[in-house]
Amino acid sequence: MLKTAQDAPAQRGTQQTPQQSRRSGPLTGRRHRRVYALVTAVLILISLGSTAGILFYNNPMPVGSDGWWLIAGMRRDSLLTIAVVALCHAMATIAFQTAVNNRIITPGIMGFGSLYTAIQTGFVYLFGITGVVMLVGVPQFFLQMAVMMLLATGLYTWLLSGKFSNIHIMLLVGVVLGGTLGSLSTFMQRMLTPSEFDVLTARLFGNLSNARAEYLPYAIPIALAVAVVLWLWAPKLNVIALGKDNATNLGLNHKREVIKILLLVSILVSLATALVGPMMFLGFLTAALAYQFGDTYSHRHLFPLGFLCGYAVLSASYFVLRHVWDAGGAVTVIVELVGGLVFLFFLLRKGRL
Amino acid sequence: MISLTDVSKAYSSSVSIGPVSVDIDAGGITALVGPNGAGKSTILTMIGRLLSLDSGRIEVAGHDVVNTPSKAIAKIISVLRQENHFVTRLTVRQLVSFGRFPYSKGRLTLGDEKYISEAIDFLDLTDLEDRYLDQLSGGQRQRAYVAMVLAQNTDYVLLDEPLNNLDMQHAVAMMKQLRRAADELDRTVVIVLHDINFAAHYSDRILAMKDGQVVEHGTPAEIMRDDVLTRVFNTDVQVVPGPNGPLAVYY
Ligand SMILES: Nc1ncnc2c1ncn2[C@@H]1O[C@H](COP(=O)(O)OP(=O)(O)OP(=O)(O)O)[C@@H](O)[C@H]1O
Ligand SMILES: [Mg+2]
Repeated sequence: MLKTAQDAPAQRGTQQTPQQSRRSGPLTGRRHRRVYALVTAVLILISLGSTAGILFYNNPMPVGSDGWWLIAGMRRDSLLTIAVVALCHAMATIAFQTAVNNRIITPGIMGFGSLYTAIQTGFVYLFGITGVVMLVGVPQFFLQMAVMMLLATGLYTWLLSGKFSNIHIMLLVGVVLGGTLGSLSTFMQRMLTPSEFDVLTARLFGNLSNARAEYLPYAIPIALAVAVVLWLWAPKLNVIALGKDNATNLGLNHKREVIKILLLVSILVSLATALVGPMMFLGFLTAALAYQFGDTYSHRHLFPLGFLCGYAVLSASYFVLRHVWDAGGAVTVIVELVGGLVFLFFLLRKGRL
Repeated sequence: MISLTDVSKAYSSSVSIGPVSVDIDAGGITALVGPNGAGKSTILTMIGRLLSLDSGRIEVAGHDVVNTPSKAIAKIISVLRQENHFVTRLTVRQLVSFGRFPYSKGRLTLGDEKYISEAIDFLDLTDLEDRYLDQLSGGQRQRAYVAMVLAQNTDYVLLDEPLNNLDMQHAVAMMKQLRRAADELDRTVVIVLHDINFAAHYSDRILAMKDGQVVEHGTPAEIMRDDVLTRVFNTDVQVVPGPNGPLAVYY
């Protein structure tokens, strides 16, 4: 007892001097900061490169002519779509994984894809080929988004506020729901004529050219607004990532915050899905890369990294596949393939959810 | 003061804790002891509002822990659970800095940094502060968690088995540090302990639980008796005089 009392002033004395240099922060030191800056720079370079490539490469019109600008403008819309999709999936996945305190499961696994498929198939089934056309348009875009949001929000809040507040049950319900909607779609697809089926399949894969330019003026502000809110909530997200008990101990109403976050997540995912179709693993891929490269708890560092990863991956593969190999439709397929493989790799390496 | 009135929690039809009514005085260290499954963690986490009550009422320093906004409680009570696991990779200093969240809301001031440094030094982690938690031994990690709770600078500190994984030296050091926190900083510390001798030597009061009920509450002198300890722990216990007070011998 006496000894500790003697220790006290000595300890306090030593604290004074190194105090200035002892700071806490999301990046742990010079090395960490350098790595972060380097990764960001490389991602920005890739993004800029493929952006320039998509905009200007192989434009058949003479430079500066009206036709040239027209084509460049259309390509700009593709780029904006890529940016919105990357932003939505990256931020939604990082925020979702923080909210549910698990870095394997993603919002995309929760039945979004199957719901999209069911809506599309239902329309073709009911109205024939015109059904596909009926789903194109701004009001329909919002309608699809709203239906998906309703599903997601209902699912999340019901599962989190009831007595089943349990990730595994939520996941199970998501998978079962996905399976049910999936077989419903398969059933309806059986009854389609081959030509209807053809038109439908083209819509069912996530496809960047599904997005129509007239959606963008609505999609961009919504995505940006949600992104800004998540950005402002970043300090809270950092705490929520410590888990329910620690977050509560530090003064957050955990359940309310989680529901708020999941609400925003469902807006982002529904938006991206209504825009280009379902993408299950893009979010996982970008989030995993962000954690890997960023190696920090700070969401203000993770979000930009995730977005840049998503944009770089999507735009680079779009450029290569569409402009070099002339297979633009395959972009999302390839990205999903890679994302799915990364997902499997992580799951097997970690051995649990 | 922490006061519990008819507090109960039913996990299932067969397992229920309480009803417990007890007042824990402000100031000093209160040790919560009892056999496994007695309900120590349950009571502690309910006081720290990490677990909801099924009935009853808990007040800490006059604040009802259920109805007072969590934000306000976070400046009065800090609580550390028995098990901790983080999905994010954190360094010791980053973890401890989260203890300042109730005040800083994520923007650390120089004052916050001072509390963080002090808590780290207090637990002898100065040289390890830039290490990641997954690069620490179990005991070092345990001390980092306690440092986070101390950085929160609350009047009431609730700790569930903080001596887990600690070696002899660090267990003693931790208890001395908590003693200092109680004596010099006027903190009220409620701590779950398994070693009754530690509890007897370092705490001011001992609260013994068994089968979901508080069965004894008193000073170490009142609890350190053959019959009382034998009854609480379902084991033959003999109390013998030791160099620094009574010692319970149970093996
Ligand atoms: N989440 C839970 N669901 C169901 N039963 C639980 C739960 N948590 C605890 N229990 C039960 O409640 C009783 C009290 O548990 P508690 O964790 O409070 O004991 P404890 O005194 O802290 O024990 P230990 O010394 O082992 O930590 C035990 O019988 C336990 O099985
Ligand atoms: Mg316990």
